[in-house]
Amino acid sequence: MDWITIVIIAVKVVVVFAVLLTGCAWMTWLERKLVARIQTRLGPMNAGFQGLLQPIADMIKLLLKEDISPKHVDKMIYALAPLAAFIPATLSIAVVPFGSSVELFGRHIDLVISNLNIGILYVLAVTSLGVYAIAMAGWSSNSKYSLLGGIRSAAQMISYEIGLGLSIVVVVLLSGTVNLVEMVNQQSSILQWNVFANPVAFLIYFICAVAETNRNPFDLPEAESELVAGYFTEYSSMKFGMFFVGEYANMITVGAIATTLFFGGWQGPFLPPVLWFVIKVAAFMVFYIWTRGTLPRFRYDQLMNFGWKVLLPVAVLNVLVTALIKLW
Amino acid sequence: MFETYFPIVFLLLVSIAAGGGLYLLSKFLGRKSPESKYMDTPYECGVEPVGDTRERFPVKFYLIAILFIVFDIEVVFMYPWAVVYDRLALFGFIEMLVFIGILLIGYVYILRSGALKWD
Repeated sequence: MDWITIVIIAVKVVVVFAVLLTGCAWMTWLERKLVARIQTRLGPMNAGFQGLLQPIADMIKLLLKEDISPKHVDKMIYALAPLAAFIPATLSIAVVPFGSSVELFGRHIDLVISNLNIGILYVLAVTSLGVYAIAMAGWSSNSKYSLLGGIRSAAQMISYEIGLGLSIVVVVLLSGTVNLVEMVNQQSSILQWNVFANPVAFLIYFICAVAETNRNPFDLPEAESELVAGYFTEYSSMKFGMFFVGEYANMITVGAIATTLFFGGWQGPFLPPVLWFVIKVAAFMVFYIWTRGTLPRFRYDQLMNFGWKVLLPVAVLNVLVTALIKLW
Repeated sequence: MFETYFPIVFLLLVSIAAGGGLYLLSKFLGRKSPESKYMDTPYECGVEPVGDTRERFPVKFYLIAILFIVFDIEVVFMYPWAVVYDRLALFGFIEMLVFIGILLIGYVYILRSGALKWD
């Protein structure tokens, strides 16, 4: 491997990372704007046209706030938890292909950070690391709200991870590979999209993914009306901000993985592949916000019952039925 | 091998650098206010905190964690099976039926013993 390859890799990584973080920032703008419209409000209006500069103002505000680390916390774990939320959230984007390949300066560049042969297993492994951040933050804060939010969230995330894994098994069954690039190549026309081949798997995936990212209607860990802010009650300044960025980065990743697994990835007519990828992911983000603006929150026992007594059996049955159909 | 894993390691480094950078920035830019004893009490909506946080919490959460390990490993076993299912065909299907059948017994036991009951 020569140094040009290394430079190309470095540029790719930095660009994708920057786009992901920018996406997170303007995701917050989009969310506030859409939720405001759903509730017939205007949302942010003052910073820039239609409040478009609001994310920048928010970031400056967060940076200028005092970084309080109270005496009653467990210093080490308390300080590490935001990093543990932020880093895994940005890592899983590495195997998602966001375009075919381009010729640049006579070189063949694949538009994916790493064409990993165990793609989807890597995604599962990295995304499940997120639960550590929540458990760490909840426990180390030494506050009752944080502890309750932390254990609730940990139980919720591991419960829904089973359904998530089972729904992806169906996709692996259909495509016979765990490599994301190959999966996209197999869904070249709209009729070959996995979402049509097995809509149940997509439904289970999406429900579980929303629960995994702690979003409404599964946002019990941070149920404002009962737990203040859940596991990050005791956090302030940029440490608080990093939990936020982590959450939004996770949402974008979920959208990107759903696009890749079920909606043909970057493939589409007329427009350039990268644009198609962005459009599909953005559609997921809008859907996320839409559910947040529409649905009420689950009760905790309903959440657990739904996960273990409905999603799990349905997902297992779905795997068996898909296998049976494939046998035919 | 190197070409597939190097970018991921690089992304990890970029991510750590960005996270650490944000930490440092907020440390330098953040305003500092004089010490106050209220800053060091856990937030409980303005009410004086009662008792310690490190109390016992319901054992159900622990049960969920144990059940998760059993079922998640089941799921992980399914991945290699799913990849080579084309070649296994009927044999693979029956194998998986047996595998899930055994787990089903466990699942029914969990349900009957009330481990998933929330009240």
